Amino acid sequence: MATYTLDVNNREYEVSVSPGTSLLWVLREHLGLTGTKYGCGIAQCGVCTIHIDGSPAKACVIQVDAVAGGQKIRTIEGLSENRDHPIQKAWIEAQAPQCGYCHPGQIMQAVALLEANPDPTREEIKNYMNGVLCRCGTYLRILRAIEMAAKAETNLES
Amino acid sequence: MLKTKTTINRRDFLRTSGEVALFIGLSGILPQLISCRDTGKMQEQLEKHPVTAWVKLSADGGITICNPAAEMGQGSMTSLPVVFAEEFDADWAKVSVEFSPQEAEIYGSEGWTPGSKLMMTVGSRTTHSYWPVMRNAGAQARHVLISSAASYWEVPISEITTAESKVIHEKSGKQMGYGELVPHLVMPDSLPEFKEEDFKKPSEFRLIGKVLPRTEIPEKVDGSAQFAIDIRMPGMVYGVLERGNLHGSRPTLTNEAAIRQMEGVLEVVPLDYAIGVIAESLEQALAAKKNLEINWGPSEALGHNSQEVYREYEKIAASDSPGRAITEIGDVDKAFRSADQTYTADFKNDYVYHSQMEPLNAVIQVAEDLQSAEVWVGSQQGPDTKLGVPGILGIPHEKVRVHLQYLGGGFGRRSMNDFVEECAILAKEVAPLPLKLIWTREDDMTYGAYRPLSFQRLMASTDSRGNLTGFSHCVVGDGGNLVASGVANDHYDIPNQLAEWREASNGIRLKHWRAVGHGPNKFAIECMLDEIAMDQKTDPVEFRRKLMAKSPRALATLEKAAEISDWNGPVSEGRAKGVAFVEHGSLGTGVCEISLDRDTGRIRVHNFWIALDAGVPVQPDNIKAQLEGGIIMGMSSVLKEQITIVDGRVQQSNFDTYQLLRMQDIPDHIETVILPSSERPEGVGETATPMVACAIANAFLKLTGKRLRHLPFTPERVREALNS
Repeated sequence: MATYTLDVNNREYEVSVSPGTSLLWVLREHLGLTGTKYGCGIAQCGVCTIHIDGSPAKACVIQVDAVAGGQKIRTIEGLSENRDHPIQKAWIEAQAPQCGYCHPGQIMQAVALLEANPDPTREEIKNYMNGVLCRCGTYLRILRAIEMAAKAETNLES
Repeated sequence: MLKTKTTINRRDFLRTSGEVALFIGLSGILPQLISCRDTGKMQEQLEKHPVTAWVKLSADGGITICNPAAEMGQGSMTSLPVVFAEEFDADWAKVSVEFSPQEAEIYGSEGWTPGSKLMMTVGSRTTHSYWPVMRNAGAQARHVLISSAASYWEVPISEITTAESKVIHEKSGKQMGYGELVPHLVMPDSLPEFKEEDFKKPSEFRLIGKVLPRTEIPEKVDGSAQFAIDIRMPGMVYGVLERGNLHGSRPTLTNEAAIRQMEGVLEVVPLDYAIGVIAESLEQALAAKKNLEINWGPSEALGHNSQEVYREYEKIAASDSPGRAITEIGDVDKAFRSADQTYTADFKNDYVYHSQMEPLNAVIQVAEDLQSAEVWVGSQQGPDTKLGVPGILGIPHEKVRVHLQYLGGGFGRRSMNDFVEECAILAKEVAPLPLKLIWTREDDMTYGAYRPLSFQRLMASTDSRGNLTGFSHCVVGDGGNLVASGVANDHYDIPNQLAEWREASNGIRLKHWRAVGHGPNKFAIECMLDEIAMDQKTDPVEFRRKLMAKSPRALATLEKAAEISDWNGPVSEGRAKGVAFVEHGSLGTGVCEISLDRDTGRIRVHNFWIALDAGVPVQPDNIKAQLEGGIIMGMSSVLKEQITIVDGRVQQSNFDTYQLLRMQDIPDHIETVILPSSERPEGVGETATPMVACAIANAFLKLTGKRLRHLPFTPERVREALNS
């Protein structure tokens, strides 16, 4: 066991786990941040997507040791106070989720996309989102939600 | 306090309470009103009587409606409460929804046996089977309100009307919100049983058929929606199982002592087919699992090779011994003998895996005396609403309480409760500590329960005018209805038909997979029709139009799909369209447009158009979502998914070796049209998926003149078909 200090959603957490423990288990089972989901454990499905220092990453393959040095970890719980992030609003407007299990990962990936590229083309969206699986088949609505959010953002800026 | 027998004046009692539950519904049961603050009394009522609390009403007008079905993304959390709220005449803005207790006598709807009560979210039965149940319950709850208003205002009940959570007495101009009525509620001595003619007519619907946002979507965009895998409890421990990759093989653990010494390990639990480990943390349980040294025993599956077994299946199809007849109309042999033309074609499909994104899991806490248990689970429920737990623990049914959670996908896998039983076995070992059982993705895939591999031989005959006179369909595979569902052609007028199932068993675990046998069987049937149409030089839509002449509702979907897809219009160079019809409760015709990379063998689906008749469309936007999702899941299974077995051993273990459709491969466009109807609603979740294989194969036939007859259409198989 070792003690690690993590910065998650601008809050400091201390956790005692074995070195090498997956960040996903730390977030979900030790810190209770269960919005980030487990799907495959090998970075193939993307439902555990979070942000580390602003970049999307798959929590299941990150060891806790690697992010206990002050890196800023952001999970779905830290996205907004009242579900009012433009992506969340667009997601509700598009009625995107079905079972909803993959959607925290989809949303975190989409937020990272729009932060890096506020006005992506449809092909850019598809490429960027390709790593997050959805078994219910909600991809078309995810695409629509991202386009709506991008448009809303662009309108706000102009 | 609960035991004191003080008679409380019902009105006084209610006046002190903020929220009441209406225990109504079953005929012959004295209706009751219980304060929701009195949780002891609520529980007592629930345990003692087969009463039903479909709705809770609070003094501020808040309405909580119970959903008796599982919510796995198909929208039951909205569609069933909408049906209740329509008859209750609720202001939808004041409605919230929660899961009902898992008690089929109270909250069940009719199953396959008339008069039965079943809580099971399978077979797209939810909206259809609960339609009369929710309407009656809503109408009865409304009756309590209007009879209470009538006695409060001292006017005849017949003069009371309702509108959007208000009771109204038009003559005197009085009106009251449902919430304001709470202190004045009086339970009538009996409740009427409402009949079809008492319910609102479609023209009076305010909620049914309208586009309403789904109730649980907001929780699903901020991570707060709770799945069973998200449950955490004080003192909770973790269980995992190693099941191997040879189904039914018995394990012998050779290093138990070493495993028990690993950090955090609490128990090692051997089962017939697996070794269980319980540890303080999930990572400790997984570390121990990884270190298990196991000798695996024999299994019925040994010797089974999924890609070679088709030769045996073909022999079974060709043999003289008949299988179990499923459909027998007229005399196909006679039709074949007198035919102008006969056709024969074989179709194959490989095993596919559910891939629900939330791996199987459950949390169970068994009481210290082992005499009761609580279960938190995402389940599609079942004939045993307590999911096998009472049997495992040897305790009465009522001593198990099931807390249903959202399902991170079901698709049929969660109607099998093996994982709940496993959790109970492990939780019993550590009682009274709560235990969370998690299947890793590898467990979930390798020890999956697949849609069975099957082989189909179809034969057909036509007369000299090209009319289809005979149609026979022989399905070879394991699992009865798992391979045979969907062989009936109820909407095609073919005078002589035979459909039969011939058994072939391989020891592989099998289960219903979205649309079950409809996927492979509609693929075979609809492809056969196009092959005949092509040979007869008839347009595939025109060919089906003739066959559907006596099925106007099916025909209407065909005509609408042809119209919205511009079936007869020009097609871009290198593209072709294919059509398919499917009945699965609702009726639907789908048309897809594809192109093909002939070098790689990659099929690209550009567009899909669907026309659907689902009866009364309760939640139109949700129906569209189900069709879109059904098409995407169908494309995934048809173009990519394949479980293979070598000498009984499952070859795939995770999403690196088992590919699902990703965003880059989605169609540009899925257009759905829902035909208006006032018929009883039908399920929509499984109608689109089976369209995909046949629509793609039919488009491929038109584009290339070549046949795709083996699912999935991997690039290798496509190239093989092109070179044939």
